[in-house]
Amino acid sequence: MLKLIKSLKPFTWAIIFIFILLLGQAMSDLTLPDLMSRIINVGIQQNGIENVAPTAIRSSEMSKVLLFVNSTDKSIITNDYQLLDKNSLSATDYDNYVKLYPDLANGPIYKLNTTDGSEISRLNTIFAKPILIVSYIESGAADAALGQQIPAGVDPFVVLAQLPPAQLETILRRADSMIASLPESVIRQGAVSYLATEYRAIGIDLNQMQIGYMVRIGGFMLLLTLASIVCSISVGFLAAKVAAGFGRDTRRKIFAKVENYSNSEFDKFSTASLITRSTNDIQQIQLVLVFMLRIVFYAPIMGIGGIIKALGQDASMSWIIAAAVMALLAMLGIVFVIAIPKFRIIQKYVDKLNLVTREMLTGLMVVRAFNTQKVEEAKFEKANVDLTKTTLFINRIMVFLMPMIMLLMNAVILLIVWVGAHQIDAGSMQLGNMIAFMQYSIQIIMSFLMLTMVFVMMPRAAVSAQRISEVLETEPSIRDPEKPVTFPAGVKGLVEFQNVGFKYPGADDYILNGISFTALPGQTTAIVGGTGSGKTTLINLIPRFYDVTEGNILINHTDIRAVTQHDLRDKIGYIPQKASLFSGTLESNIAYGNDNLHDGEVIKAAEIAQLMDYVVSSEKGFDTPVAQGAANLSGGQKQRLSIARALAKRPEIYIFDDAFSAIDFKTDAALRKALKSETGNSTVLIVAQRINTVMNADQIIVLEHGLVVGQGTHKDLMNNCKVYQELALSQLSMEELA
Amino acid sequence: MSENRGAFSQRSQQMRRPPLGRGPLGGPGPMGMGTGEKARDFKKTMATLFKYLKPYRVSLIIALFLAIASTVFVIIGPKLLGNATTKLFEGLVGKIMNVPGAGIDFGYIGNILLLLVTLYVISAVFSYIMGYIMTSVAVKVTYDLRKKIAEKINRLPIKYFDNKPFGEVLSHVTNDVDLISNTLNQSMFQIVTSIATIIGVLIMMFTISWIMALVALFIVPISMMLVMLIIRRSQKYFRQQQDFLGHINGHVEEMYAGHNVMRAFNGEEKSIQKFDGMNGELYKSSWKAQFFSGIMMPMMMFIGNLGYVVMCILGGILVIQKTIQVGDILAFTQYIRFFTQPLAQAANMINILQSTAAAAERIFEFLGEKEEVPEPAKPVAIPNLSGAVAFRNIFFGYNPAKTIINNFSADILPGQKIAIVGPTGAGKTTIVKLLMRFYDVNQGAILVDGVDIRELRRQEHRGTFGMVLQDTWLFNSTIRENIRYGRLTATDEEVYTAAKTAYVDQFVHALPGGYDMVLNEESSNISQGQKQLLTIARAVLANPKILILDEATSSVDTRTEILIQKAMENLMKGRTTFIIAHRLSTIRNADLILVMKDGEIVEQGNHRGLLEARGFYASLYNSQFETTAADVGQG
Repeated sequence: MLKLIKSLKPFTWAIIFIFILLLGQAMSDLTLPDLMSRIINVGIQQNGIENVAPTAIRSSEMSKVLLFVNSTDKSIITNDYQLLDKNSLSATDYDNYVKLYPDLANGPIYKLNTTDGSEISRLNTIFAKPILIVSYIESGAADAALGQQIPAGVDPFVVLAQLPPAQLETILRRADSMIASLPESVIRQGAVSYLATEYRAIGIDLNQMQIGYMVRIGGFMLLLTLASIVCSISVGFLAAKVAAGFGRDTRRKIFAKVENYSNSEFDKFSTASLITRSTNDIQQIQLVLVFMLRIVFYAPIMGIGGIIKALGQDASMSWIIAAAVMALLAMLGIVFVIAIPKFRIIQKYVDKLNLVTREMLTGLMVVRAFNTQKVEEAKFEKANVDLTKTTLFINRIMVFLMPMIMLLMNAVILLIVWVGAHQIDAGSMQLGNMIAFMQYSIQIIMSFLMLTMVFVMMPRAAVSAQRISEVLETEPSIRDPEKPVTFPAGVKGLVEFQNVGFKYPGADDYILNGISFTALPGQTTAIVGGTGSGKTTLINLIPRFYDVTEGNILINHTDIRAVTQHDLRDKIGYIPQKASLFSGTLESNIAYGNDNLHDGEVIKAAEIAQLMDYVVSSEKGFDTPVAQGAANLSGGQKQRLSIARALAKRPEIYIFDDAFSAIDFKTDAALRKALKSETGNSTVLIVAQRINTVMNADQIIVLEHGLVVGQGTHKDLMNNCKVYQELALSQLSMEELA
Repeated sequence: MSENRGAFSQRSQQMRRPPLGRGPLGGPGPMGMGTGEKARDFKKTMATLFKYLKPYRVSLIIALFLAIASTVFVIIGPKLLGNATTKLFEGLVGKIMNVPGAGIDFGYIGNILLLLVTLYVISAVFSYIMGYIMTSVAVKVTYDLRKKIAEKINRLPIKYFDNKPFGEVLSHVTNDVDLISNTLNQSMFQIVTSIATIIGVLIMMFTISWIMALVALFIVPISMMLVMLIIRRSQKYFRQQQDFLGHINGHVEEMYAGHNVMRAFNGEEKSIQKFDGMNGELYKSSWKAQFFSGIMMPMMMFIGNLGYVVMCILGGILVIQKTIQVGDILAFTQYIRFFTQPLAQAANMINILQSTAAAAERIFEFLGEKEEVPEPAKPVAIPNLSGAVAFRNIFFGYNPAKTIINNFSADILPGQKIAIVGPTGAGKTTIVKLLMRFYDVNQGAILVDGVDIRELRRQEHRGTFGMVLQDTWLFNSTIRENIRYGRLTATDEEVYTAAKTAYVDQFVHALPGGYDMVLNEESSNISQGQKQLLTIARAVLANPKILILDEATSSVDTRTEILIQKAMENLMKGRTTFIIAHRLSTIRNADLILVMKDGEIVEQGNHRGLLEARGFYASLYNSQFETTAADVGQG
């Protein structure tokens, strides 16, 4: 598994970048509800007035407010505000300002003179309470605000201004303590409503201000949405590239590895399994990887971000989110605990149904011959009923999930509204924040839902990953020597077996034991024996498809393990039992072992292999396409093509592994005659089932249970080898054997 | 299932259509837009499918009603919630403005919330019942279809399977049926609820504010265009990806299957080079397919967010102008999400519907195939059958235009042996298939005891034959049951007797469990020779009057071969026997030899007569038994 993860290394930067982009996307997505809450809180509720600190205030009002500000704060305010007065302003300045503040014509106006955010927020706190007090007094609640009787018809501010500082101080303190009991949002709202009146008095277009605010925030939201999609598409792009690239690299690694496997590794995995591992499993991983890169990172970021944001809105309602997530997890947990074991059972039933159907199909004739259609149908019925029942059970549980999740989400929303309404009533929360909180809760629940999906997907992907890792971690058991030697010149095609023993890796019993013989150039050595006697195993040792367990095999007096596999196989023309041909053309198959073949040599090989009739009769001649698995050729044609391929290589050693079985007798005879002249000086090794194939060989080796039980010519063996006699008698009559 | 079969069936499945990408919870996942194939006649197929649903129409109508009701209840939600919010807002504003007696009307809000809880719970219950009904219907329809397909297999003429790969039939039972089941289970009602949602949401939006509703409607064409654009793109790359995947899988299969040859010819480099080329192409199309299918979701989310923002701004402005209430903004932002979701899924759903129609069409076509010729109206019975067989001027061809048996006649007496010889692939099993009535002759007649076999009931006729073919067919059960398959009513004792006659008894005791040993799915836990003996035992038990034997024992060791030979001799005693002959002794002792070449009967007669005729048989005989092959190395 570690190796597989390491394969992601070239993509480290891309993955980090994906992470950053996802972070960006999440930030954008998470800021949206926040902004929406500002539209409601500030845009609607506060008429678009963002700050308690007034942007402009009439000098007369300012002096009222300043009554309730202590001296240090007063100096801050005077620093940050500029007094605009008709008399002291130049004409052009005045014209500009009077457009903004029409009331300037009637009197001087203080204008906020800073854009510094921290300064403004300092001013906000300074202004909030004094403004509220002023607004209370102006709305006629002066007595309540000041805790002091003020005669009717008298401007309370005039009275207050005339009070000695000490008395003012006590009044101020009392007002302060009264306001302090009010929640911050109420103070703010109150101050803002005072400002609205003030702005209107100055002649500022409040409507425009309000809409301007909304458009500004809205524009910002649009930008964020845009940023979010740019991030998300970039993530999609990178994730697709990483996954496809990872797929490509891993696929290549596996393929290159498997190409160098020996038969032992093929036996260990089985060919079909290796195919699945090189294709389907990688495709699986690739799909999951895209999903992981996009969801697995995103969900936690969203979840955590959502929680932080939600807590920022209001921490006191966080228990609702916690409860919802718990409920969700419990629900999913229960369903999965019930359903997952059943999923495994379902897979078993599906396999069973497949098996029964397959049996019905492969046994078509037998079933009809024995009139057992009803038996088969009953078997199918059972498999079908089993599958149906279990599926029904699972589906009925699974359809439970969606409505429940929906209900849960809706319940969360309702609960937030109910609890939120009380918070708002108490003034500890604003409406917009409640709505934002709602949206954060949904986002959090969704991210948990996504994460559980990942957990459902993971086991399946893990199986594929495991299967791929197994291949990556298995080294070919047959490798080239570190210091390979080369074959000596002079000898050509001499094959010697010296006390060779062989057992399959992990097996207890030897398949071959103590095999010694020499196959000479220019001679035919035949190997015969019953099924399972080890014939094919024996010849598979020569091209090093397997390595001997004991003893040595020498070619031209050199141990075959001392040279490179490439050099060794260059000397061998191998014609397998099952003609494996590759898609391409007749010519590409004949020239498979030798790319530099000229046309004459191709034709010659085809002629000897008795393939010319077919070539000539085909419209495209040597360019006739060969389909995958050579499905468009007959068994005999395949074997002849396979022989032609070996001939074209002009090897020193020919290995025929029962290679004539599908060739009809007449062609067979012609083929053998032609082969005889061609293979002249080469060493020929033939594995055969039919005795008549080997009767004239120079040397026949009889195998039984992995031991040489006879060695000699046909005549010798008929006299002294019981196994050979038995084999021969089962095939031919006495007179034919004579 | 073995990995082998798994791998190949998976591959063929992939070639035929890309995986549907159902999400882990069963819903169609985000990758679910492959290159769906289309049915040739969508309407007709759907009509047929609906016929299958007819028995469930009451359930379906209830489900439909529930689906709509549950959707409607959910859709009412945001509007009511909006009202509650408005109330909340009004109370709050009043309070700040110090309006006397103002405050949040918790009674009103509480009532709305209670009403909503009720609605949501009812909606969830309805939705669950709907799902419950639909899954029950889907599962039952699936069961029915599978059953019909299985029964159909047994009623189709063998001929049908000449051109139909087993894998395809198998895929009807599994993939095609599953697809229909999934669609019934989810997609069908997803469509209903989607439509209900869109209509319902539109109505709600218009009742709140026609301006905002109209703006929301703008989103439809925009998102549709986007979806179409993306889908067209991604489908193109999906197809490419599928093609290259096919190529690369083909190469991998080819190279792994021919691994030894590749190695023997030092073809590693060439193979990897070819692989790299394909792999590069696959990569290109793969990431593009992945990318384009992947941006579907963000795109739709973008449109959703766009709508959300527009609703916020527009709603805010409208609130200032007192055209709508604050709560309506909240309602709208939720409706806009309800609205974009079905739109995003529309394309996916169309794809699913289309591939479902294609799957259904394949199944219905299969179910509609012509069945075996019906049994004769007045079947003849032959009591005490003697086993005489006669061919009267028969003509036959797999393809009616090309007859391969022309005017063949022969009379075979009870107990005679007929050898069928010829090179591999000459069509030796044709005679077998005609005798068993797997195929009917085009002209002429085959008579058993003087009766045309077409006048017999098929079952009775086949019952008089015993068949032992080279391709042994055993099933995943005990050895005893596999033998008993020859005669289902046989007692255990009879099974053991047959096993003794067929030399099964000799090896059975050495196996774990003896007669109770269960053969595995590939019957690979006993040897090929043992399998052959088992099928002989089965024929012994069936005790037929006429036998059909295949002598070929290519992958059997010498000793077992001798056993099989003996078992066959036991079996042949006193029965008319047709032998697909490989052994010289069998051929020479045959009463009649039928020589086949390229599917045709080219000669008939006995050994001596045929040799004297110096025809194909003579040359065949000579090449096999006189030209000795191993002169090869003597040059």
